[in-house]
Amino acid sequence: MTIKPFVGQPIERLEDLPLLRGRGQYVDDLARDDMLHAAILRSALGHGRIRSIDTTRARELPGVHSVITAADLGTPVPCVPMRLQPMPEFEAFAQPVMAGNKVRYVGEALAMVLADSAAIAEDALSEIAVDIEPLAAVPNHAVAVADQTLLFEEKGTNTAMKFRAVLGDAASAFQNAPYRRRETFSTQRNTALTMEPRGLLCEWDAASGKLKVFGAAKVLFFNRRVIARQLGLAEDSIEMVECHVGGSFGARGEFYPEDFLIPFAARRVGRPVKWIEDRREHLMTMNHAREAACDVEIACERDGTVLGLRGHAFVDVGAYMRTNGAVGARNIAQFMSGAYRIPNIDIDVALLLTNKTPVGTYRGPGRFETDFFRERLFDLVARDLGIDQVDFRRINLIKEAEIPYAVATIAPFESKDELDSGDYRVTLDRCSAEFGWAEKAKLKGRSIDGRYHGTALSCFIEGGAAGPKETARLVLETDGTITVYIGSSGVGQGLETAFAQITADAMAVPIDRINNVFHGSTSYVSDGYGSYHSRSIVMGGSAVLDAANKLRTVMCAEAARRLNCGAAEVLLADGRAAAPDGKSISWAELAPEPLSAEGFFLNKKHTWAYGAAAAHVSVDAKTGHIQLLDYVAVENCGRIINPLTLKGQLIGAIVQGLGGAVMEHLIYDEQGQLLTGSLADFLLPTAADFPTIRGVLIESHPSPINPLGAKGAGEGGIISVGGVIANAVADALSSLGVEPRDLPLSPSRLWHLIQDAHKAREVCR
Amino acid sequence: MLVQFEVNGNPVEVEVEPRLTLADCLRHSLRLTGTHVGCEHGVCGACTVLVDGAAVRSCLMLAAQADGAKVVTVEGLSLEEGLTPLQASFRKHHALQCGFCTPGMITTAHALLTKEPDCDADRVRDVLSGNLCRCTGYISIVEAVLDARSAYARK
Repeated sequence: MTIKPFVGQPIERLEDLPLLRGRGQYVDDLARDDMLHAAILRSALGHGRIRSIDTTRARELPGVHSVITAADLGTPVPCVPMRLQPMPEFEAFAQPVMAGNKVRYVGEALAMVLADSAAIAEDALSEIAVDIEPLAAVPNHAVAVADQTLLFEEKGTNTAMKFRAVLGDAASAFQNAPYRRRETFSTQRNTALTMEPRGLLCEWDAASGKLKVFGAAKVLFFNRRVIARQLGLAEDSIEMVECHVGGSFGARGEFYPEDFLIPFAARRVGRPVKWIEDRREHLMTMNHAREAACDVEIACERDGTVLGLRGHAFVDVGAYMRTNGAVGARNIAQFMSGAYRIPNIDIDVALLLTNKTPVGTYRGPGRFETDFFRERLFDLVARDLGIDQVDFRRINLIKEAEIPYAVATIAPFESKDELDSGDYRVTLDRCSAEFGWAEKAKLKGRSIDGRYHGTALSCFIEGGAAGPKETARLVLETDGTITVYIGSSGVGQGLETAFAQITADAMAVPIDRINNVFHGSTSYVSDGYGSYHSRSIVMGGSAVLDAANKLRTVMCAEAARRLNCGAAEVLLADGRAAAPDGKSISWAELAPEPLSAEGFFLNKKHTWAYGAAAAHVSVDAKTGHIQLLDYVAVENCGRIINPLTLKGQLIGAIVQGLGGAVMEHLIYDEQGQLLTGSLADFLLPTAADFPTIRGVLIESHPSPINPLGAKGAGEGGIISVGGVIANAVADALSSLGVEPRDLPLSPSRLWHLIQDAHKAREVCR
Repeated sequence: MLVQFEVNGNPVEVEVEPRLTLADCLRHSLRLTGTHVGCEHGVCGACTVLVDGAAVRSCLMLAAQADGAKVVTVEGLSLEEGLTPLQASFRKHHALQCGFCTPGMITTAHALLTKEPDCDADRVRDVLSGNLCRCTGYISIVEAVLDARSAYARK
């Protein structure tokens, strides 16, 4: 019997059965009889010096167990460490888990109440008297650069770091270039906004000295190392447990102040402690992202060949450097060239501290921003040079023969990278065809029923598969089924289904022989690296292949012993192990005790999915409203594991990107006060906003860097959206001369751009 | 105060603080955790339950206000084994990823299809626009609800 491979099939998700019936177990669904509830008092000021915090009255409230402030946490107060790019230069800007002397953003933790109920804990917060001397705030990167007001006085600067991306010789390229254009662009502050707020439930067992942390996500092993170090515990005395996770998109599961505070509290009081953030807290404490600006110049031949790109970018990193707060800035500089051959690059990017929530990664970190900058610039240039906007991209796309293609190197940490495989023109042409570019582009600037129509197309690349390692363990159970344990973590993306497919093929069994896929606990495998940088499938899946090979070796050895033949002679098929003489035993008989094997995948390179996206919009010039009439994205992710879930990731990412392009915006005032602290102010796309999105998957060019041939996927859809939408809007309003340079293109901002364009034309007349 | 109402066909009697929301009562007093709380200010729709047949945000309703009412949660719209046609359609169309908004989507869609089994795509989008989903981009959810209409068709 041959089994049709499961990899590549649109298998319905194993995860769905509990989730559809209200049987999910998210962290707030857990309860313990004797648990205390934590609530956290947060700074209402963006910048200030703490004079005093008086918790007396809060402590006296019936039902309040205790109140914890920075003074209770020891000296120095533990800080949130850098997980990625952990350079010593960043240490001075690390966030203490609770503010002691200064507050630097609205939402920073000042005190924590533990009480019998969440309601009493919240009541008690209002009984804490806080005296903070207000300081002038640094509300944006322009003020930060001036270094007049400082977040960290002892450092003397608000610039946490500068990265520089260099390729070729930009100075020479610009000197001799026949065409140059310089522009400034910006993207707004945004956040991943997971539907499930963050939360933790921690249990301390004093007798055994063991800590259990429920609600862990994304990078459990890293976070365990941090907690172990900060609490002075051995790593193996801490178990991190992932419940169902209501989305991450990069933001959830990083080490936040509460990841210290709640375990600390549980140990201190010797009772389970639960903390669930509310949506207001979420908007002011979960990592922000995306706020960046640039001043860049491009050099081209008259035929449209790009010769060079240079300039400066600025990333508003908020008040502290958190775990992955440097990734967006790195990506903005290193990937401003995207899928295009730009031989000479010199771009620096400054990481600037402001009195706002610290930033971290959010799906397509830096890539969404830098694609908006570049693609806007490309359309302006194509128009100057009289070249069709799609042709301009085709001319400059990296050719298949040029791959592997080295992108710009990042200083100071010499980060090199190269694109792994693909034929980028195929996805561009397919996107153009699926979209109907030839026909739709004729609508350029046309006004139909009072709305101006426009189109745009761009290409993108999507990085994935961050190393260094992933671990998988396969177990042949006594009933002959296979159980999978994996160091990757589930954040809602459908990990279990994909790993069941990969395992079924690797063990050559039907998928229903995969008993279960366990992920998200530090006790399942010896080491794990989790889910970020679109790494789970490539890294975890490749580790599964290794574990499957090793388990088959173990099974063959065991079968050889039982069947009196050589291990190399054993045939494992159809759930039986057979010897050359025809004798055989079932897998269940092979395992009177479970047989187990752990596998690994080590990797230093990245995978590069790639694609193209096109949009057709109409704009109401009277209101600034943008209607999306069509959006097509074509992506090639190498070998596809599950087209159903992959397409779900693509479409979902696009709609998130549309939110970032036209509506989502975390707005602060000049004092660093967050003005968008609810979902009534911070607008997300709804079911009625973008009904027409089409996703097309192409499977070719498997990644050469892993045995699965898969490429990291799930972020690609979002990367193009800002640039494509802004370019389509510019195309629609070309007769008015409107050129968007800043996101989001909210109706009010676009209306103002249209008004300004009208005024400019009147002046010209 | 003592509140009496019916949940998923079973009579319940709960001692609650007057300020307790119906969502927290269901989740924490009655341990029916299928109903999710995403924003506590009536925007996200994750906490949607049926109160006397109408889709209601249980975070904006006090438990005390449910006194005497018939409340149905996602648990009450589920079978002991397997999936209902609406749930199966969600699965088939990959209309959920992280699953956190899903109970609210299911209850909202059930209320809609019960009253309007012939609704069109625009109507589905309009009604679901009160439920936020951050994962799917909604297109698969709308398809799933449309595809489930036949199970609710008037006989």
